[in-house]
Amino acid sequence: MSIIETEKLTYTYPGGAKPSIRDVSMKIEKGEFVLITGPSGCGKTTLCRCFNGLIPHFYQGEMEGEVTVVGLGVSKRQIYELAKHVGLVFQNPENQLFALSVEKDVAFGLENLGVPREEMRKRVDWALNLTGIYHLRERAPHELSGGQQQRVAIASVLAMQPEIIVLDEPTSFLDPLGAKKIFEVIYDLNRKLGITVVLVEHRLDLTARYANHIVIMDDGKIVLDGEPRKVLSSEEARLIGVGIPKPTRLYQILQKDRVSLSNTIPLSSDEMAAMLREALESQ
Amino acid sequence: MIEAKDVCFTYPNGVEALKGVSLTIKNGEFVAIMGENGAGKTTLVKHFNGLLKPIKGSVLIDGVNTTKVSVATLARKVGFVFQNPDHQLFSETVEEEIAFALKNFGFKEKVIERRVKWALNLLGLARYRKTSPFMLSGGERKRVALASILAWNPKILMLDEPTIGQDYSQKEKLLQFILQMKAQRKTVIIVTHDVEFVAECSPRVLLMRGGRIVADGEARKVLADPEILTHASIVPPQITQIFLQLSDFHLPKEVIDVYEAREKLLSVLKVKAK
Repeated sequence: MSIIETEKLTYTYPGGAKPSIRDVSMKIEKGEFVLITGPSGCGKTTLCRCFNGLIPHFYQGEMEGEVTVVGLGVSKRQIYELAKHVGLVFQNPENQLFALSVEKDVAFGLENLGVPREEMRKRVDWALNLTGIYHLRERAPHELSGGQQQRVAIASVLAMQPEIIVLDEPTSFLDPLGAKKIFEVIYDLNRKLGITVVLVEHRLDLTARYANHIVIMDDGKIVLDGEPRKVLSSEEARLIGVGIPKPTRLYQILQKDRVSLSNTIPLSSDEMAAMLREALESQ
Repeated sequence: MIEAKDVCFTYPNGVEALKGVSLTIKNGEFVAIMGENGAGKTTLVKHFNGLLKPIKGSVLIDGVNTTKVSVATLARKVGFVFQNPDHQLFSETVEEEIAFALKNFGFKEKVIERRVKWALNLLGLARYRKTSPFMLSGGERKRVALASILAWNPKILMLDEPTIGQDYSQKEKLLQFILQMKAQRKTVIIVTHDVEFVAECSPRVLLMRGGRIVADGEARKVLADPEILTHASIVPPQITQIFLQLSDFHLPKEVIDVYEAREKLLSVLKVKAK
């Protein structure tokens, strides 16, 4: 059974004129690294809120269809039950942080789960180190910069080591090198611990290389769903206005120019450089 | 024109954010300020609209020292769009949000109506005219914040991380808009981490680190220098990364754009026979 499954999911926010997501049916398998992308306002964030029960329990509104997460029907379960399995990193870190120190914020979820003190200490330090904010542990989250707050939000979810981590543009305030390091940490957890990752991102240049499953949404619907190389090289993806990684774009252009290149579509500069090197050396 | 001379600034908590920054930005220039988190980028631009005043050194806007005028006076000339739109939005509808500053500046009702309409259309927000900004997505709220500043047509426009949450086509529109501003001899300053966006618009790049400017030059020069970039926690654009890896084939390394890359590669790669 899939770890996340939605069946004809349609949802309208209270007071919303029309549904934010419509007729969404999708499956996410355990251990996948899924990238959800699509134009601004297409329903990506709304879909993520369905995975941990914030929709419908917190936001109310009108939901049709069903979401099943680790076998639990989201509409019939409480948020606290789902939180044991799904960690959500919000788009705006300020909506998530509230404690008086970074350390307390990161420990909060573990306290609620009743994790023993020693274990809690270990996990908090582990998460603070992974996200590079150990030195900030005694600072107040609301005094930190946007980028630092995002690291705290990520640490507080990582500390809980949930089976599924859902991240909604988690590094938008971070500098490129900082963002890259965070994505690598998440990728590492995905591969080594088998944590299922659902990442919402516009910047495919930074993230496409990590994904083994891409979902593209447009106007509340899923329009493309599948293997990254296939999805990103499709004409539809370009027409929707998804930011195809530049190396992939360059490959497509050179293909049209009838340049001899191998058939594996590159998703990163490294892959494209290796391919060009091969072509240049063989001639 | 913006002239900063040896600007130093320390926050009340003791953090030394600027350690002597000097620069001149002429009218009609398009500048991207880049650098790692905490480098002092936002602190620097907050000096340009007088939100912050230097502890040492001076900032002149069109020859006027920022310590001599109020933020309100400067605001008419220098528009600033915050990084986090939630720090700026407060009205009940998108329309009211955009009209707010215009009303404060004392524009006539008719002008306000026209300007609001113009800004809504420009940023693809017309259908949200009567919607609460807080009902919108993160990317859309960011555009409302931008629209509310653009509406009063400031001479100098400063955008803190304008591409956050924006999809590809929105970024394309933003780029077109910036070029339009440039053609009207307006000054546009963006603070950004978005290397790919900078590569596409090719502005003058100011790279900051530890409260100082460490590089200042054309985008293609600054962005193709991996040593200086890594120092500032920036990674080169993807296209440049490809060319940096192929330096042993006598290809230029200062390539930042896909079409330029195509041109350079077609001159060295074999093409299949038809």
